[in-house]
Amino acid sequence: MFHRTHLLAGAVLLLGAASLSGQGVRVPATVDTLPNGLRIIVHEDQSSPIVTVNTWFDVGSANEKPGRTGLAHLFEHLMFMGSEHAPYPQFDRLLEAAGANNNASTSNDVTDYYEAGPVHALPLMFWLDADRMGWFLPVMDAKKVDAQRDIVKNERRQSVENQPYGLVEDYEPGMLFPPGHPYSWPVIGSMADLSAASLEDVRDFFRRYYAPDNAVIAVAGAVKRDSVIKLVKKYFGAIPRGPGAPKLVPSQPRLTADTMVTLEDRVQVPQLTYDFETVRAWDPDDVTLDVASFLLTGAKSSRLTQRLVYIDQSAGSVYASANNQHVAGYFGIVAQARPGHNLPELQTAIDAELQRLAKDGPSAREMEQARNSMESRILGGMETVMGKARLLNQYYIELGTPDGFQKDIDRLRAVTAADVQRVVRQYLLGPRVVISVVPTGKAATPGVAAQRRSVP
Amino acid sequence: MKPGLLSAALILAATPLMAQVTTAPTLGPAPTLVLPRVERAVLPNGITVLVSRNAEVPIVEGRLIIDGGARLQGVTPGLAPFAAGTLMEGAGGRTGVQLAEEIDLLGARIGAGASWENFSVSVRAPKRTIDKAMALMSDVTLRPNFAAADVKRLRDLRLVGFLTARDRPTSVASKVFYRNVFPAGHPYHNEIAGDSASVATFDSAMVRRLWTSVIDPRRATFIITGDVTLAEARAWVTAHFGSWTSPANAPTKPAAAAVAAAPRTATHVILVDKPGAAQSVIMIGAPGTNRTSPDYPAIELMNTILGGSFSSRLNDFLREQLGYTYGASSNFGWSPVPGAFLASAQVRTNVTDSSLAVFFREFKRIRSELITPTELDRGKAYIVLGALDNYETAGQVAGAISTSVLFGRPLATIAEEYTRIGQLTAADVQRAAEKYFDPAQMTVVVVGDIAKIRPVIEKLNLGPISVQAY
Repeated sequence: MFHRTHLLAGAVLLLGAASLSGQGVRVPATVDTLPNGLRIIVHEDQSSPIVTVNTWFDVGSANEKPGRTGLAHLFEHLMFMGSEHAPYPQFDRLLEAAGANNNASTSNDVTDYYEAGPVHALPLMFWLDADRMGWFLPVMDAKKVDAQRDIVKNERRQSVENQPYGLVEDYEPGMLFPPGHPYSWPVIGSMADLSAASLEDVRDFFRRYYAPDNAVIAVAGAVKRDSVIKLVKKYFGAIPRGPGAPKLVPSQPRLTADTMVTLEDRVQVPQLTYDFETVRAWDPDDVTLDVASFLLTGAKSSRLTQRLVYIDQSAGSVYASANNQHVAGYFGIVAQARPGHNLPELQTAIDAELQRLAKDGPSAREMEQARNSMESRILGGMETVMGKARLLNQYYIELGTPDGFQKDIDRLRAVTAADVQRVVRQYLLGPRVVISVVPTGKAATPGVAAQRRSVP
Repeated sequence: MKPGLLSAALILAATPLMAQVTTAPTLGPAPTLVLPRVERAVLPNGITVLVSRNAEVPIVEGRLIIDGGARLQGVTPGLAPFAAGTLMEGAGGRTGVQLAEEIDLLGARIGAGASWENFSVSVRAPKRTIDKAMALMSDVTLRPNFAAADVKRLRDLRLVGFLTARDRPTSVASKVFYRNVFPAGHPYHNEIAGDSASVATFDSAMVRRLWTSVIDPRRATFIITGDVTLAEARAWVTAHFGSWTSPANAPTKPAAAAVAAAPRTATHVILVDKPGAAQSVIMIGAPGTNRTSPDYPAIELMNTILGGSFSSRLNDFLREQLGYTYGASSNFGWSPVPGAFLASAQVRTNVTDSSLAVFFREFKRIRSELITPTELDRGKAYIVLGALDNYETAGQVAGAISTSVLFGRPLATIAEEYTRIGQLTAADVQRAAEKYFDPAQMTVVVVGDIAKIRPVIEKLNLGPISVQAY
């Protein structure tokens, strides 16, 4: 839908990159820091008369406390509810009247806001962003919290309760991560916690996390760096530094045994989810796991796609992903059975393919296919100023330097078949989370030995 | 390795404490839209080549558009997109797997699809490999395998897709909406992908017959954008599609769509039962009008204010003020055969009736009252200045040219439409609302828990209520 969407847990790292021509890839960008700690990245691209302002606050659902899950995302919604000098609903109205659009998303690790549109609207984008960064509290009240709480609950209904297989999102985090781990609850939060969030919770959250020294703004478009910095100083300069936001501590759990659940849902065909504990973003094995996901399901010729969808024809779809984030990572495989086929059958086939990849490793041709396709994918991210602003911010937050494109390519090109073979052995053959979703009344499918949790 | 401070950061010299800027900045003049230049050539076998150059990124995009499409599928709903999908399952003697490998090795993407009006095969590749990618694209287009086993496998997959779509309330609502808004015999009565009864009959011979009958260079337009010159484009297309010939005795162009306008019907409500649903999916609409209508600019502006933007009335009331939904919107479907006006939202079950009441109140109000000057200005800027974002990438430009081809108008006419939008008045918007939709002539589809929602919907007296299965 429109707006303020939550990202499903797992901001997938963009990997690989550009130049199949063999030349280096550069997205020149400057970084400046205001006295109040606000950091500004600027990338000049004069090719279209447009601009994107992409602001990352270093806070996500991982910063929440048990009992208040979903607060980071609820807060993201509240950032559009007006500020002292730009009362609700000026934020959206003024931007639309200038031909610009905006949105935001929340992940486990970060909250990401953007405005995009004609370049003449840049001062307006900055003014609105600055006013809500500096003058949010004076106009925040319980009524606004209640209004957005209802909307977020609707969002949850749409993506979880009323969505086939949506309940997996509720179970998966708690099965992968131990109680208290910052990734052990879903980004969207629980209905009970959303109900419990108070105005005081919101105020505390703002004071702690929404300070200029906990934010990075990336500007990309038909701008000049010097005038951008001048505008940023003018609009953001008076906002005081925050108390220093608490930082997340990396913590990668390891499963010691399989953990399984069978859920019932009103669905036509059963679905299997496998999750394995892996590594954090930018760990040396991060990109190798991403290559492994391509080799399993990235193309029609990939191994699981071939085996399940083409040869056995036991699955309608299969999808693998490496979700390596700031605190921890996991590798997921999701397959939906075709009618007449069951989940034990899919499990056997997936296990066999993982064993085969671990035993023999990928061929040189498979590796080249994966590398080229993944490299090409990043060219897409570099085509728009919106894509570039987002990636510059992501690289900066994760690597400390915004132009991380070439580094991303380099690490992708360095992955060898032996590396893939090793990570499959190391991460994808051991204990795992197994989530089976079966049609209501079918939880006793033969072979699915698991605790039964029926969800009404 | 959390963020942390970076060596590259330059700490700006301390500045005196500044005051907050308390009023919105006055903006300078808005940039003007410069539409991409399009060059044209026609090859001896009849292919029209349209080229728009933007060498900023070393990427080339190609779209081969073949006149025809799903409206030619006749009594076999779904055959056109199915045939297009089958192209990727093997061509030029390669299996689908070999094809996929070769495409990836080039860092390229090739895809095929069908809309109601045309077939398209698209390619995207780095400049360095585009020539090889076009060779593969030529095989896909002109020498598909259509192997019986591949057709059967793809057919079975589509059937699974129909089955799982039954679980998604929005898919169900959409299917029920179109089959009721457009009468049997109208192309939009069925989903473009067809249904399980139709798709279950597909075989290799049917797919081949359809494809052979439409694949004619005289019906083809090859749009190439990105890092390309007209001379390069001509050379690539000549090398890979130059020997393509028209089938014997084939008409130059498929007959224009002769589709009787779908009648509007008195407002009625169709319920689809989803017991225990947490939300109701609401879709309300009626047959719309032609993209080539002189009223197109007024309709688009009217819809932007009604339900076409975040600040629009439907989203503002149903989401922001009332909290009934995560989002409400409306739009007109633009196609040479007029599509539907469709307003929709997914709402909490216990406010289904209240939400319907808001939809109808707003339908009536945009006809009975003039929009405000603020809405008028905001709507105009949102469309006209918002369009500056639409021509940034080679893919966007190819898409815009492809749309202009679909309606038989040069890309430059878009600029004239924006000028006309800028000249519209509140009265023009009201006239468009009066003429192009009528709250008394709407089809209302609600997918939800009938036991809970029917009694309250009855009290709204919107019109007759019926229940349909899916």
